[in-house]
Amino acid sequence: MSWVRATARSWSGRVGLVLMAVFLMTVVMSYIWVPYDPRRVGERWLGMSVDHWFGTDAAGKDLFSQVLVGARVSLFVAVASALIAGVVGVTLGVISAITPRVLGESLAYFIDVLIALPTLVLALVLVGLFKGSLVTVSLAIGVSSGVVLARILRAEVAGVLARDYILAAHASGTSTWRTVRRHVLPNIAPIVIVQVSLIAALAILAEAALSFLGVMSRSRPSWGQTLGELQPHVTLHPGAIVFPALFLVAATLGFNLLGDGLRDATDPRLRSGGRGAGGQPTATGVLPDTAVVSPLVAAPPTTTTIAGTDR
Amino acid sequence: MTALLEVKDLTVRFGDHVVVDEVSFTVERGGRLGVIGESGSGKTLTALSIIGLVPDSALVSGSVQFDGQQLLGRRDGDLSQLRGEQIAMVFQNPQTALNPLMRVGKQVAEPLRRHHGLSKVAAADAAVALCERVGLPDPSRSVRAYPHQLSGGQRQRVGIAMALACRPALLIADEPTTALDVTVQAGVLRLLAELVAEEDTALLFITHDIALVPLVADDVLVMRRGSIVEAGAAEAVIEAPSHPYTIELLAAARKTALPPDDHVKVLS
Repeated sequence: MSWVRATARSWSGRVGLVLMAVFLMTVVMSYIWVPYDPRRVGERWLGMSVDHWFGTDAAGKDLFSQVLVGARVSLFVAVASALIAGVVGVTLGVISAITPRVLGESLAYFIDVLIALPTLVLALVLVGLFKGSLVTVSLAIGVSSGVVLARILRAEVAGVLARDYILAAHASGTSTWRTVRRHVLPNIAPIVIVQVSLIAALAILAEAALSFLGVMSRSRPSWGQTLGELQPHVTLHPGAIVFPALFLVAATLGFNLLGDGLRDATDPRLRSGGRGAGGQPTATGVLPDTAVVSPLVAAPPTTTTIAGTDR
Repeated sequence: MTALLEVKDLTVRFGDHVVVDEVSFTVERGGRLGVIGESGSGKTLTALSIIGLVPDSALVSGSVQFDGQQLLGRRDGDLSQLRGEQIAMVFQNPQTALNPLMRVGKQVAEPLRRHHGLSKVAAADAAVALCERVGLPDPSRSVRAYPHQLSGGQRQRVGIAMALACRPALLIADEPTTALDVTVQAGVLRLLAELVAEEDTALLFITHDIALVPLVADDVLVMRRGSIVEAGAAEAVIEAPSHPYTIELLAAARKTALPPDDHVKVLS
């Protein structure tokens, strides 16, 4: 697990990893043990106690159980949206940058048109047209942020394609697709990782917003839904929203920081030496390279007019 | 027997702007030709048009015969079979000509995997052998290094190893030492000359530094503004240049490189 160690090297990577671990543990725990059925009604507005760790809400539902089960929704939306966005973004971005002018340009305009549709509004429309399922939301967020990613990557790929090592790869007969796989993708990977983790964070927030507004299917509890139900009573019972909100913030922040840490970890130039291969080879002073003494220069005895002013 | 490379009336233009103007030359099998000229004289474009790597916007005309086959106008797919296998290239700037994210050994072995279909394991062994040939220190460890962990001279040695991996018939070296320290240049040049001699590889050596030409080339072309102004045996051209531009280049080379002995005399 060398990438974990590499990620943990930076401050943001460490915090990101911890927050992600907490988030994942929450989801795992929700499958192993949940104190109450999150929809079970009981005594209203209980404070924190041994029976109800985070208290209960207006209907007397246990908040801790809601937070646990709600984490599944957030994780699913985050991962699904990030995957969709990654596939859409990398495919469109790379194709529009490497294909001949005509296709590349028209793809770029198509991308620009799609970017004009705001993510949340597109998601609202799709949720209205179809049903408020997690797949619909993930698709809406994934595709709309995927095209934004595509535009970023198009510029990035164009930059990589202009580098000498791409010319060198062509000069050694490497095919276009192999060049993309071996040279382009690894060089844009840090940006993809950062962007995709930002998209995951955005997806969690977007799903929470839609649930908060109450347009999502209410079949399973989610953090946004919990917060939406607590919202009318926030002045009377401000304490109840603390934990669900904290979890939402932690998951979002965790994805952002993890993205930062991963970016630093994937770039070997930012890694310090001594990893894996047992130190780096000595950089200088090993090769027997000596000064040029060309026959041309040595041949005619030069006059010293210039050397007189030379200190 | 025909020459290995026969370039005839090669012209490269961007719109109305002619960058290479009816350039003709030949390179024999195992021959070594130096091309000299200042920046913008069309040396690099001449080289790139041989292997069909000019930008899309360039119009190339004339004839490039390699080993009896016409290369101009060939499909890119056909040319990529030749590139790296028959004709290989060493680039000017070793800082940027290597992928920063790929270990050196993998990059060196890339042409072998592409053209000779070597397995990963065989390619890794070949990479170590190649790194040893170009004089990288501790080859089995060097192949595991990333480019940024090597010095400029070492990186250029990697570039040479990569170019010579498939034992090409023609090696195009585009200002291979320009980006290097003067002290490192000699070592890289000596290596280049040694390797092409051992492998009997023909060399097209492009440079702006006329002083380097006799070290690695037998014949020389002097280019200026897209045309050849002088051609001949390297020694002869340097001993007795006929074109004023060549004389100018030679004078410039002598001025910048005063023999160290003279300095000592004046200062003492």
